[in-house]
Amino acid sequence: MGLLSDPNRRRALISLLTRLNAPICVVCYMAGVAWFMGLAFEPFTLRTYMSENAMGSTMVEERFPAGERALATGREFSAHKKKVGGMPVDWLVKTMQARGLEVFTQRFSRTLPFPDENKERYLVKGTNVYGILRAPRAPRTEALVLSAPCTPGDNNNQAVGLLLGLAQYFRNQVYWAKDIIFLVNEHDLIGMQAWLEGYHHTNTTGMDWSPLQGRGGSIQAALSLELSSDVITSLDLVLEGLNGQLPNLDLANLFYAFCQKIGVLCTIQGKLQRNDWDSVSGYSHSVQTMMLMVMKQASGRPWGDHGLFLRYHIEAATIKGINSFRQYKSDTTTIGRLLEGMYRKLNNLLERLHQSYFFYLMPSLSHFVSIGYYMPVIDYILLLICALDLWVQLATPPPRTEDGVADTEQMSSPGVLSVLTPLVISHLTGVEVAVEHFPVSETEAVVLTAIAIYTAGLALPHNTHRLLSGEGTEQGWKVLKLVAVLYLAVLLGCTALINFSLGFILALTLVPVAAFVTPHVPKILSAFILVILSPACTLLFSVFFFQELQEMPVSFIDGWMLFLSVISQGILDHSLYGSLVYPLIALLVYPCWLLFWNILFWK
Amino acid sequence: MKILTFFSLFSTFLSANSINVEENAGQFFSSGHTNNWAVLVCTSRFWFNYRHVANTLSVYRSVKRLGIPDSHIVLMLADDMACNHRNPKPATVFSHKNMELNVYGDDVEVDYRGYEVTVENFLRVLTGRLPPSTPRSKRLLSDDRSNILIYLTGHGGNGFLKFQDSEEISNVELADAFEQMWQKRRYNELLFIIDTCQGASMYERFYSPNLMALASSQVGEDSLSHQPDLAIGVHLMDRYTFYLLEFLEDIHPASKANMKDLFKVCPKSQCVSTPGHRTDLFLRDPGSALITDFFGSVRKVEITMETINLTDLIKEAEQNPMNEKPQKVTYSYVDQLPVSEIIHQKPKQKDWHPPDGFILGLWTLILLVFFKTYGIKHLKHIF
Repeated sequence: MGLLSDPNRRRALISLLTRLNAPICVVCYMAGVAWFMGLAFEPFTLRTYMSENAMGSTMVEERFPAGERALATGREFSAHKKKVGGMPVDWLVKTMQARGLEVFTQRFSRTLPFPDENKERYLVKGTNVYGILRAPRAPRTEALVLSAPCTPGDNNNQAVGLLLGLAQYFRNQVYWAKDIIFLVNEHDLIGMQAWLEGYHHTNTTGMDWSPLQGRGGSIQAALSLELSSDVITSLDLVLEGLNGQLPNLDLANLFYAFCQKIGVLCTIQGKLQRNDWDSVSGYSHSVQTMMLMVMKQASGRPWGDHGLFLRYHIEAATIKGINSFRQYKSDTTTIGRLLEGMYRKLNNLLERLHQSYFFYLMPSLSHFVSIGYYMPVIDYILLLICALDLWVQLATPPPRTEDGVADTEQMSSPGVLSVLTPLVISHLTGVEVAVEHFPVSETEAVVLTAIAIYTAGLALPHNTHRLLSGEGTEQGWKVLKLVAVLYLAVLLGCTALINFSLGFILALTLVPVAAFVTPHVPKILSAFILVILSPACTLLFSVFFFQELQEMPVSFIDGWMLFLSVISQGILDHSLYGSLVYPLIALLVYPCWLLFWNILFWK
Repeated sequence: MKILTFFSLFSTFLSANSINVEENAGQFFSSGHTNNWAVLVCTSRFWFNYRHVANTLSVYRSVKRLGIPDSHIVLMLADDMACNHRNPKPATVFSHKNMELNVYGDDVEVDYRGYEVTVENFLRVLTGRLPPSTPRSKRLLSDDRSNILIYLTGHGGNGFLKFQDSEEISNVELADAFEQMWQKRRYNELLFIIDTCQGASMYERFYSPNLMALASSQVGEDSLSHQPDLAIGVHLMDRYTFYLLEFLEDIHPASKANMKDLFKVCPKSQCVSTPGHRTDLFLRDPGSALITDFFGSVRKVEITMETINLTDLIKEAEQNPMNEKPQKVTYSYVDQLPVSEIIHQKPKQKDWHPPDGFILGLWTLILLVFFKTYGIKHLKHIF
């Protein structure tokens, strides 16, 4: 007899599950959290290694000589930028042509749904300038991209100068098998989005751009450069892209290998690597680095200009030059050599980078945790949900036919109705997402309206009971809880697959909610806990935690302002680049939480 | 009288000389071969396999320098490194770093190039089964007096060699191809050199006579590459062929170095892998086989003013009654398949399995007992 089909065995299992339900839930949750914390422990991680055969080791001779000239070009660029008061398009076109590239420009314009207070822009108009270095002997089927954003003020001039210096050096070499596109984009992410859309002939975000006159074949890899000082002490690698997508780990491995060869200090998340993994402070350092990556990935926004390439299956990363207070400094020639080496190796590629991992976490630049190792975290936590789900199912006594059909109807109807109402509320919140139709143009107004609707949902249970025809029975809330728990499980599972960090953070707070909420727990206390664990408060705490991790703690007022700006950025990211975090939270996670709120106030 | 003695002595002297020349004529073909061929194959493509092309081209260079002409060399290169877009020095293939030696000179004649290097084409070249339209430069027109050098390089494993990243040739296929060559009398002696990982596995299955084989590494070992050139950005040569090339640079057409010296090329200290060789199928003593027997095209030339009467059968040197018994002309073949064992004996089974009917009967018994105890109505619990 099977384990589940034997009625005696089944009854034994059911009683086991109902008796031990609470311990099972707690153990699963703790196991998940402990596994996650263990991921940062160095003996559990793997060292990074180059997986792509065609790239080989760092076996290349870098000979880039012209660092000083690149800096001079950067200074010229800065002067022209000040003179024009924006992007010096003509000067850039002339300089790139002088270096032997095929130069093209692209205009774009976009009206934001409401003003962006962080970057102070509302009606955005700009021009991208890019030059293509044609490979001397190869067919024009593949390309590599090197880009530097043109930011207002004194930032990034050296990056553009280095880009132009490298362009001149690369033009004199014969060994290029792919075209190299040197791109200077205006208005950072918006310009990059316009350029990528124009290059790939897609129009997903409703931006207005002029078509590209020149093209270079399918892009195999891209690097974005941010350099604001003449000398640097370290290079930071930024990997997180739109919707938490990451480039292939081989790109990070390539960067790390060259850093070691050339002798430049390299960091990830701005944190330097430590060797003392067996000490507490060493371990907490890796945990902090990993948590920073998790937070950045969960936010779903691109953390560098490279983040938008990933959607087109182009491996891209951003390299930032950091000048802090250290004695050993590297000059522009060294950075140029590092980039030259990386590009020569990328030139050897025969196909897109695909041999290494696409899903990973990095507690440091030389160690990584692949998806096979971090997925059990979500598995444990979802196991908890399965346990809950089974428990609820089994605790509901099966409908006995002698009770009559009316009972079952009464059981199911409150469930269906009570699910409908939160969905209506969530649609109202979802209207916030389509803010173009809102006559508001103030950031604060939009954000505060979103929060207001969120809070209004808290009053839902009182309204639900007026809408319900019958009395809420004892079975009603159990059915609702079953539906809610299933919904949460599916939601978290799917989110964790696409964006593990987001799924994990949501699971951390929502799964205990799912576990303990019943109408019979003390109402005031559990209402308070439920609000603390709601998505909005999770976001608030994450903001504070993020600032702590970056060693820039903020006061409460600043934190609150940061929280509001995070919400507005979320809405803007969605409308400008198609980020999915805000719609996910507004349309799916919040109604799920509302269902649990309903259960709490079930009469 | 004196004049008569003088004449008789003179005639005896003349006849003795002529007998000597005829005997020398018999010794003329003692090494057994009259022409030399070389089949040099590089089986890998892509830029990072630069070293395999460089390996093959350096052996080509040595072989040509020692006298084998292009018409007797079949050169198969799976990819074009000299004109690859990534080559910083176009039209060159270097074998030594700092660009000391360009093995892709201006007189390299590649017979099979690019996608023409396939297992099928290689085997057709060896066995001679080519379509009638194949040009002479793509054919191995060897006869039973040819000594052939076959050099293979690329990526390999235990028992196979990878061609072009898409197919493999196994050691059994290679052995069978050589057997076909033997039965069709397409070679006199054959030297087989292979420079791949686990190369020794490729000559394990040979069973035709007059084969000598060398490999760069044993089974379970990897053959390593020698030196990278940073300006070009790839490894230039494999270790075994690098030291082979250095050894061959010292050989000139008149040198008397023999195969035993070739076995000493690249010891483990230099090669890291252990080179291996196989001589049990070779009928001569390897010490008597000169390097130039295979790598060069050395013609024996003797100048004589005498006319030699070749109507008599040329007697081989071994038939001199002073030496040992005459050599047998018939050849014996090693059994490829142990046919007698298969037909006349039952195969030995490694583990014992119960007879087939027993298991069926056992399950029937179990089912019967089950249904007897629980009744037929419990069938529904199974389905």
